[in-house]
Amino acid sequence: MTKKDKGISVNLISRHKLDELSSDEKLKFILKEVQNGKILVLEHGLTPMEQTSLIENTMKEIEHDTFIGIEMEGYAEDRPTFIQKILGVIKKPRMTMIGPAHLLRTVRKDSNIIQTMIIPGKGAK
Amino acid sequence: MGLFGRGSFSSIIQKIFGKKHAKIGIYGPPNVGKTTLANRILRDWTGDIMGSVSEIPHETRRAKWKKDVKVENGNSSLFMDIVDTPGIATKVDFKEFMGTYGLTKEESKRRAKEATEGVIESIKWLEGIDGVLLVMDSTQDPFTQVNVTILGNLEARELPVLIAANKIDMEESSPATLKSAFPQHPVVPISALTGYNADNLYTQMVSHFGKKRRRKKR
Repeated sequence: MTKKDKGISVNLISRHKLDELSSDEKLKFILKEVQNGKILVLEHGLTPMEQTSLIENTMKEIEHDTFIGIEMEGYAEDRPTFIQKILGVIKKPRMTMIGPAHLLRTVRKDSNIIQTMIIPGKGAK
Repeated sequence: MGLFGRGSFSSIIQKIFGKKHAKIGIYGPPNVGKTTLANRILRDWTGDIMGSVSEIPHETRRAKWKKDVKVENGNSSLFMDIVDTPGIATKVDFKEFMGTYGLTKEESKRRAKEATEGVIESIKWLEGIDGVLLVMDSTQDPFTQVNVTILGNLEARELPVLIAANKIDMEESSPATLKSAFPQHPVVPISALTGYNADNLYTQMVSHFGKKRRRKKR
């Protein structure tokens, strides 16, 4: 099978896997997978601070001809209610999709649906 | 003359409880009009400008700032250090500069490299600012990941945010969509290009950024 025939890998990452990683480990794992051409669907997304760090780390890794950055789409954390705040309930970030920008493109996003497209003919490295 | 003399009640409240000085970052994705807005603010209050603008994304690739810009609102005022930051993006493709904007390959690669450094610089500036003027393009879909990420980050830091719904001079603009997308933050429709509604923005800036807040430690 040639490299081109391999297709594009879309991996669902369980929250158990994500929960056992520190923030730094999580970001390194995600960026490495995405740089290898994989599209990830995280069962629990990243916090806004982690997302910002991921953008920062991505910018450091951009190479003109091989890696132009990431496409990332997800929904913000649910805002805790007044009672939840008092009880100290921490809301987990919601599901997030992350992939290499040359492979994954967001078509439309609203408060209920995120529509993405995998760009054909640009298989994983 | 009233009980408080010539000053309005709000200006007296500000004098007692308000801030006198704040460092305000102008943030947003590329090409939403951040530098145009920075130029508008500076032109209106200092007669100066911040930097050049262009239709090519990532025109501002290094943060620029102007200190002690006094913005007035009736009898109250606030001195602001205005920081114009490079646009935040999750990807930078030099081929876009070549294909869409006709730059040379060498020029495009240099611009892309500087743009990535600019994004990192913008994020670093978040550590030292007191409030954010988040500029969004009111002709575009507001639910972009960059908008959501920046807002989430600012909320986590508990920084005051004022959303400038820019480009309302354009026919397809919809500041109402922005307001409904982010109801938890004040949204001010504005045209940085024409100056339409700038006075309202200045009023909101003084009152919103002039409040004393305890900065969250990180």
